[in-house]
Amino acid sequence: MALYLHGIHPPHRKNTAKKPVARMSAPATVTIPMAMHIGKPAIPTVKVGDLVKVGTKIGEADGGISANIHASVSGKVTKLVDYLLASGSVTTAVVIESDGEMAVSEDVCAPVVNSKDELIRAIRESGIVGLGGAGFPTHVKLDVEPEKIEYLIINGAECEPYITSDTVTMLTRGDDMAYAIRELNRVMGIANVIIGIENNKKEAIANMTEMAKSVTECSVTVKSLPTVYPQGGEKVLVYHTTGRKISAGKLPIDVGCIVLNCTTLATIGAYLRTGMPLTEKCVTVDGGTVKKAQNVMVPVGTSLKDLLDFCGGLTEDPEKIIYGGPIMGVTVVNTDCSVLKNTNAVLALTKKEAKLPKTTACIRCGSCVNTCPFSLAPVDIATAYEKKDAEELKALSVVTCMECGCCSFVCPANRPLVQINKLSKQLLKEEQQKEENK
Amino acid sequence: MSSLTKVTVSPHIHSGRSTAGIMRDVLIALLPVTVAGIVIFGLQALLPIVMCVVCCVGFEALFNVIVKREQTIGDLSAAVTGLLLALNLPANIPLWQCAVGSLFAIIIVKCLFGGLGNNVVNPAITARVFMLVAFTSMATAVHPVDVEASATPLATHEMPSLMDMFLGTHSGCIGETCTLALIIGGVYLLARRVITWHIPVLLIGTVFVLSLLTTGFDASASLALIMAGGLFIGAIFMATDYVTSPSTPWGKVIFAVGAGLLTWLIRTYGTYSEGVSFAILFMNILTPYIDRLTRRKVFGEGGAEK
Repeated sequence: MALYLHGIHPPHRKNTAKKPVARMSAPATVTIPMAMHIGKPAIPTVKVGDLVKVGTKIGEADGGISANIHASVSGKVTKLVDYLLASGSVTTAVVIESDGEMAVSEDVCAPVVNSKDELIRAIRESGIVGLGGAGFPTHVKLDVEPEKIEYLIINGAECEPYITSDTVTMLTRGDDMAYAIRELNRVMGIANVIIGIENNKKEAIANMTEMAKSVTECSVTVKSLPTVYPQGGEKVLVYHTTGRKISAGKLPIDVGCIVLNCTTLATIGAYLRTGMPLTEKCVTVDGGTVKKAQNVMVPVGTSLKDLLDFCGGLTEDPEKIIYGGPIMGVTVVNTDCSVLKNTNAVLALTKKEAKLPKTTACIRCGSCVNTCPFSLAPVDIATAYEKKDAEELKALSVVTCMECGCCSFVCPANRPLVQINKLSKQLLKEEQQKEENK
Repeated sequence: MSSLTKVTVSPHIHSGRSTAGIMRDVLIALLPVTVAGIVIFGLQALLPIVMCVVCCVGFEALFNVIVKREQTIGDLSAAVTGLLLALNLPANIPLWQCAVGSLFAIIIVKCLFGGLGNNVVNPAITARVFMLVAFTSMATAVHPVDVEASATPLATHEMPSLMDMFLGTHSGCIGETCTLALIIGGVYLLARRVITWHIPVLLIGTVFVLSLLTTGFDASASLALIMAGGLFIGAIFMATDYVTSPSTPWGKVIFAVGAGLLTWLIRTYGTYSEGVSFAILFMNILTPYIDRLTRRKVFGEGGAEK
């Protein structure tokens, strides 16, 4: 196989990797948005006054690419509110006042799965989405012809600084992962599983190697990968584990691969075994302003305020609060926002941690060009975008950009390179739409 | 509603590398050869150094004030230009000529083109070439302290010993003679990852190999040839200027070999005894084309690969 792709070496700051996982009891209320996934928002199936239990379906998937949503606490639906998503759009959220019981719904029972269709239906029912951060509905991803799947690749790279919730999964939920692999092998005939983990997580690698040995039904291998961001990028991971290149606009399945985040896999296992849908999430709470940085098992819909209070509160006003890692994560407006299904970390960063230098003139040092994992030329893309030159942007293949942010991270002039890449992709989309409307 | 926090698009952290930091590294890397130049040519060498740095920084500051632009001297690039220019001048150069050279480098070559990052050619090299053509004082290089002035070894064809060439105790410009100090600076820049090996090694290597051909495979004569004149300072510090050299590895290869070939051609067949500045200047102009020509193949381009 060819050499490893380029990337960056941000500080690891995996402060929470070795700390015990805390479990948060039911907060007074949870606010559960109907859009916690890529695709159409779910349609609320409850109304004010309804009594719900943990696992009660409160949102029905709307169409093919969408996901079911379940109550994460037991109690009473008190409000349906407008909820501002980090993307800027507004969706409906169901507010549930907890009765503190955490009583489990009678609907929760292990699904009977003996065929691919039954498996897809079950996973669709579970509301499981990609938990690495993207939130793509898992039942859509798995709904491919089984013969096409040569490799199932499990993403345990966890390459962003701070985040350790996947590490926790790999250390504590090997059973769930093994169960899911066995079921996927039994029902879909998946024969080759590769677990890719960055080599700074020695214990996770050891634990996963043990787990791999316990699965005798199919080939499960653990691949130790260099600790280079963005190791966990889907295309990067597929290339580093199989040597296969996915070109722009293509999916892993086009090269015979399915990629699942390790926590997604564990959640599938747990659901198939117990029938408990995705109602709680392991979240890394960290950042310089957090008193007690740790991983917390938290009901979906818990407000960030409740979560941060559970971690001892904040020592100072944070500069930024982020869902996910500091390189690709999304900032939130305030602590009223909820923990979502695909929230793997909540970081409350100090001014110093989130300090970005002043933007100055490009000195053409080529750092962005030589750092880009996909060999793009961000400096040239920026020039083309300035001229709104769609042809040139196409020639520079900006659509290949996975928005990992390496270019912006290394730029000594702190130019907004990945940001311009995003705008360029948007520009091309608009141009294309104009063409189609003609 | 709880208090609002700052909302920005990612990324939220930065490597901490800055333009000023890079320029500071270049200044540090130039320190050994600056000291060596003052030791070899005496305290008189300090005057052009101070003059050029002060003028370059001053002119840039003044320009920014006049055109009401944000002050940019903090990025230290003007200081680098000043120091590099001075190191490429003989120690006895009249100070007013230093001022004119600095004015040319900063105002004409850099600021009028839009400042750092937008200049087409390297300011220090272009100013040196300008001064070479404009002032006769540039033609006579200065001998080390207590030795009479004469031309550079390249012009006289009387080569000092290899050790003298290596340590720099022979005639030449302030910062071009001490090969040892230049190599130390180059190693520092490599260690700090400010530059890559491609341009210095291939530029000097090309001239060395071509010199082997013209000297009938006389290794020591060829070594003397590469250590004479401004090849090392040019290859390590001027040809590696980010703004005016290619950013792709293969682009750097083409740039360096091209500059090496031109240097050798000018030195061997041209009327000027020294060719490095002209060679780099010429390759500077080709840089955008080389960059375009050597663009890396984008990941997954040309269809999916199994």
